[in-house]
Amino acid sequence: MQKVLTGNEAAAWGAMCAQAQVISAYPITPQTTIIEELANLVANGMLDARFIKVESEHSAMAGCIGAQAAGARTFTATSSQGLALMHELLHWAALGRLPVVMADVNRAMAPGWSIWTDQNDSLAQRDTGWLHYYCESNQEVLDTVIQSYKVAETVDLPVMLVLDAFFLSHTYEAVHIPSQDETAKYLPPYKPSIYLDVKDPHAFGGIVQQDVYMEFRYKMQVAMNEALEVAEKADDDFREMFGRGYGLIEPYRLDDADYVLVTSGTVASTARVTVDDLREKGHSVGMLKIRMLRPFPFEKVRQILSGRKRVAVLDRNICVGMGGIFTQEIRNAMYHIPEDKRPSIYGYIVGLGGRDVSPEVIASIAEDVQKRAVADGEQVWIGLKE
Amino acid sequence: MEALSYLKHFKEVAEHEIMHSGHVACPGCGAAIAMRLALKTLGRDTMLIIPACCWAVIDGPFPYSACSVPVYQTAFETASITAGAVRAGLDATGKKGINVVAWAGDGGTFDIGFGQLSACAERNDNIIYVCYDNEAYMNTGIQRSSATPWGAWTSTTPGSDYKKERKKNLLEIMAAHRIPYAASTTVAYPDDLVLKFRKAMSIEGFRLIHIFSPCPPGHKALEKNSILEARYAVESRVFPLYEVEDGTKYTLSMDPPTRPVADYLDLQGRFRHLNKKERSFIQQAVDEEWTRLMHRMRIDEAL
Repeated sequence: MQKVLTGNEAAAWGAMCAQAQVISAYPITPQTTIIEELANLVANGMLDARFIKVESEHSAMAGCIGAQAAGARTFTATSSQGLALMHELLHWAALGRLPVVMADVNRAMAPGWSIWTDQNDSLAQRDTGWLHYYCESNQEVLDTVIQSYKVAETVDLPVMLVLDAFFLSHTYEAVHIPSQDETAKYLPPYKPSIYLDVKDPHAFGGIVQQDVYMEFRYKMQVAMNEALEVAEKADDDFREMFGRGYGLIEPYRLDDADYVLVTSGTVASTARVTVDDLREKGHSVGMLKIRMLRPFPFEKVRQILSGRKRVAVLDRNICVGMGGIFTQEIRNAMYHIPEDKRPSIYGYIVGLGGRDVSPEVIASIAEDVQKRAVADGEQVWIGLKE
Repeated sequence: MEALSYLKHFKEVAEHEIMHSGHVACPGCGAAIAMRLALKTLGRDTMLIIPACCWAVIDGPFPYSACSVPVYQTAFETASITAGAVRAGLDATGKKGINVVAWAGDGGTFDIGFGQLSACAERNDNIIYVCYDNEAYMNTGIQRSSATPWGAWTSTTPGSDYKKERKKNLLEIMAAHRIPYAASTTVAYPDDLVLKFRKAMSIEGFRLIHIFSPCPPGHKALEKNSILEARYAVESRVFPLYEVEDGTKYTLSMDPPTRPVADYLDLQGRFRHLNKKERSFIQQAVDEEWTRLMHRMRIDEAL
């Protein structure tokens, strides 16, 4: 079936395709239409799920934790302040090894109140032990929800998939929607390895002392490492079954490019157009889209960026006191390669609080990075007013 | 009113030990006794959701558990919603006939988990919520909570800065949500506790059981006096035993012989600093609350 859906509706329909069994969610702009659509899908019988209408995002995540611990497939969605309120329980879900799937609509943090997109909400949760996908289109949102369950339930870690506020959440696109039966061939019903069972009672989450805590964390790291391969296979299998795939990272016109724009989210779409334009004008420029941020696809990023002249990382976020977060990630990945293959890496801060990242903005970055002096680790803020 | 038996119904459930020795509760811990009695009544088809509280420790360190039912430990403020969601998960996967029990202390109930508790009650989530109330944050070292009574010493209400605020009336607040069942009980009356858990099990929807739970270190009381303290709490009408069905139907479980509040206070070092005037203030407040409760019992009849 093909329908014209917003990004938010695509997220909801993704959960419907995956037959989420328990939804636990709380409204926040611009996520609201995800849970409204889910409420409709449940009410009209298209999705056989329990929908716990909680009183806060903190409880939304606690609801996913409880239902998942009981052995059900769960879904939730949030944004910005709501995601921040969940923070404690994001750790809980990950350390509890519960494969919860959540959509986060990227929205800037307050104050002042902003409902517009940037990545600081999701990136502030980077270190909670969740897998993180950044999506570029509504189709990718729906497909990534389905893939997320496949990966999460294989490695027993939760997955957050991210879509830009308004640029995706409230923008309509044509989206292919597989049926629940088709989806079930790719994603079989959830069979938890361990869950609350009165016939086989276990205690979960009790006190651990210094002698075993590190081992629990190490096992998460091992699972995260495994998740890279699992996620790649999940994407390959998805492509085989549905004819669409995205990779963990996606190179665009990079074969012979000296200069690389690193992007994520909807900025990647704009960058594709810009790269086409710049190519016509004779610039040796390509684009690398980062779809999966955690686990970080080190090897793939190294392989692609190795030997380039310069890399410009576009960060729609700011770690104040350090710089753009994707820039740090890329620099970290590129440190351990031979010096003669290591590109200079430049960080650009763009589009905070939903400010438009137009083709002109991206073109100005592509031109800037070619003529800028030696990279010194400074961040360049684009389009700042005096 | 029929006299309350102590051990008749307790004997009916005495064979089933579901909580075992090897737990790490302090000697004389009311919360350990409460769990033992509750699990005997609830049986093995029970799941416990335990937030941060003494019981998060009492159950034993990984990989041990003192309870031979599933135990899920969760964040401090989330016992109610996690239990509600466990129920949703069981419903969604077609599992029936299981008691889903949130088992939280007074901090997790009266304070940090209060919003979640109210929301769960409003949704009428199908769980039994148990608050074992030792009237302070005992697990972290006796800090005051909104369940700490007026006049009590705690480590954050020291010296002349003893607690000057009254205890929240949990049962009244929960009754105001019109939940199907709310009841108070304590470890000094095993039959009362057993009967209230039995009744809770027979009802669907949000059920709350408030258990007064003596804490020897926190109340600065002798370990051997825990049961006596709980009994005096009831007899002095500091902690009346009653039930509220559907938020309106009040039933007194026991009309106790009147015992002076002083007998209750004298068992505990946490009230030792109070002078005569302050002690009589407590007596007066207890008498007023009792009268108010008696009036409330009759409101429904009047309607």
